[in-house]
Amino acid sequence: MNLWYTEQHSPSVRFSIKVEEQLYSGASEFQKIDILQTTEFGKILTLDGLIMLTEKDEFIYHDMITHVAMATNPKIKKVLVIGAGDGGTVRELTKYETIEQIDMVEIDKLVVDVCKEYLPQTASKLTDPRVNLYYEDGLKFVRNKENDYDLVIVDSTDPFGPGEGLFTKEFYGNCYKALKEDGILVNQHESPFYAEDALSMKRAHQRIKGFFPICNVYQVHIPTYPSGHWLFGFASKKFNPIQDLDAAAWNELGLKTKYYNTAIHVGSFALPNYVKEQLEDAK
Amino acid sequence: MTLLSQNQAPIMEALTRYKSMRVVPFDVPGHKRGRGNLELAAFLGEQCLSMDVNSMKPLDNLCHPVSVIREAEELAAQAFEAKHAFFMVNGTTSAVQAMIMTACTAGDKIIMPRNVHRSAINALIISGAVPVYVNPGLHSELGILLGMSLGDVEQAILENPDAKAILINNPTYYGICSNLKALTDLAHQHNMLVLVDEAHGTHFYFGDDLPASAMSVGADMASVSMHKSGGSLTQSSFLLINNEVSEGYTRQIINLTQTTSGSYLLLSSLDISRKNLALNGKEIFRKVADMAQYTRDEINKIGGYYAYSKELLNGDTIFDFDVTKLSVDTRDVGLAGIEIYDILRDEYDIQIEFGDIGNILAYISVGDRQLDLERLVAALAEIKRRYAKDKNSVFDHEYINPQVALTPQKAFYAPKTNVPLSESAGHISSEFVMCYPPGIPILAPGERITEEILDYIAYCKEKGCFLTGTEDSDILTINVVKEHEQ
Repeated sequence: MNLWYTEQHSPSVRFSIKVEEQLYSGASEFQKIDILQTTEFGKILTLDGLIMLTEKDEFIYHDMITHVAMATNPKIKKVLVIGAGDGGTVRELTKYETIEQIDMVEIDKLVVDVCKEYLPQTASKLTDPRVNLYYEDGLKFVRNKENDYDLVIVDSTDPFGPGEGLFTKEFYGNCYKALKEDGILVNQHESPFYAEDALSMKRAHQRIKGFFPICNVYQVHIPTYPSGHWLFGFASKKFNPIQDLDAAAWNELGLKTKYYNTAIHVGSFALPNYVKEQLEDAK
Repeated sequence: MTLLSQNQAPIMEALTRYKSMRVVPFDVPGHKRGRGNLELAAFLGEQCLSMDVNSMKPLDNLCHPVSVIREAEELAAQAFEAKHAFFMVNGTTSAVQAMIMTACTAGDKIIMPRNVHRSAINALIISGAVPVYVNPGLHSELGILLGMSLGDVEQAILENPDAKAILINNPTYYGICSNLKALTDLAHQHNMLVLVDEAHGTHFYFGDDLPASAMSVGADMASVSMHKSGGSLTQSSFLLINNEVSEGYTRQIINLTQTTSGSYLLLSSLDISRKNLALNGKEIFRKVADMAQYTRDEINKIGGYYAYSKELLNGDTIFDFDVTKLSVDTRDVGLAGIEIYDILRDEYDIQIEFGDIGNILAYISVGDRQLDLERLVAALAEIKRRYAKDKNSVFDHEYINPQVALTPQKAFYAPKTNVPLSESAGHISSEFVMCYPPGIPILAPGERITEEILDYIAYCKEKGCFLTGTEDSDILTINVVKEHEQ
């Protein structure tokens, strides 16, 4: 058998992983869902043929989408997670005993069901008693919330297909409204490298900047995402992610993380010049 | 001849057969299946260009159909329960004009509401028919124009027993329907033809629980914009006839102004869309109505906006409401509809059908996705949160009774002089002024200009409406009739 999974990273670039076996293939009313057993990356989840996560590198994404905000404001108690059907973001959040409530809104119940069955590595904490699962449109959910959350994490797919609404101005505006006066918004912010991703990245930055007084971008390396160079957005009504970081307090918690540490927290906000220029352009 | 079925699409089938024969084209169009214009073929697609062909024996001729176009017309007539259906390739505008020119000759009177589309008044300019306007109802709270009142029409008929026809605009852009059956019966009792501008009512022929269609109540002619709710390509429409209206004469009238090179892209799109509606229309419009209702409910929960529906029915000027329409009154948010229309496009990348002073209209179709509806609702909620103003900041009426001094044709062709719009009060306008969309004239040729009308035009301009109609593209001057030469 010579079976390979291939994803188009740009119109003229492809990325392939050797596949041992297809474990699941199905379709919900929103998207096609597949789980593949691969040689190098363990099990991988794809939605509409695009990699969402692999067992081997998901820790990078999930560490960095949660701990940066949590270390900036340790008082966070109520969190809204939008998307994140694989459960990885919630798994990291449940490490904090100080968090009292995690509302997770995923439009596609089938993604959650499939991950619970095939990806316990990420989905295992979805049963934590502090977690409330809502299967509905994230944009609709957040529209009905006001001054309610300390942290909103947007763990979305790409800005086309079911995740489209989570990159819009109306969505970010509604997130602003849903956050308390010291609230933080962290979002999956696409990549600065390939032209199409970079355009989405700039548009997202421009839209978020319109609402939040503090608006930063930080970077990570994710081997299976297009170009490997990926960004997250950190927007806040009050907290600065570097000045307000209390490194000692976070380190005292003694949480075990595989990627995140408080030095990388600060370092990840140092951006290459080409990314800085793109963000400047987005003004 | 074998019996035709709604599963068939004779024009599409003929085009497919023709393509498979690989005929060498030494005829127009000169792009020769796209090979002569590669950039165009790459942009629109090779399949599209290969179907852009000329009339010929195997494909029939729109001006005098005898084979596949004829069959497609018969199938359309069957689907719409009309005596005959004409394929129109110059918009519903041409269908409305053909209706009026078929029913009336120069000097004949036609009864119509004043809030018709410009295409109807254009037909009066061309034909010389004389309008007898019936003022449409006006909703006292919403400020929107309604349907025609049976009483008003009866009065117009009694005062003008020589009128040849009555034109009914049904539904209006906003989805409001007149009592079509009663108006039709009334007109027929007085030997007048009933013409229906059904540009926004294609779906009435196919969906369940929708308002009555023109053919179903026995009207004589109807213009149906298949390209709106019917799904065909822009500019394609049907003209339906019924009762004693002559097919041959109507075709002669159509051929006065219709192209002799009818586009097969448009013709096949009508054919395929008719088939789709006949086979799947019930299901399609049930979905559309459900989506519109969901969105209406969500918008009404935001507060400030009022997405209206059947609760407005009053048995006369709002005899019925088209629930597939999503019309929203915006004045309580303190913003004009046109302002919200602009903000949605400029800031939220959402394009809606139109915004006027007090309303917006979002067009919902089977092509919409749930997530798009959520975007619209969320954006409206955000616009209210960010921009809401005092509600008294919006002008509260939309309709000014016209003072008709001359027929549209006389005024349009009269000796005229150009004056600054701001100094034009008291003159008779020789041209149109309207906001587009919706394209309903604020001033039509032959109407006396008043200060009230000028105030309204200035207000529309200030709010950002796209004004059109005058020779002066900036709408700063207007042509008025030289009255001493009358």
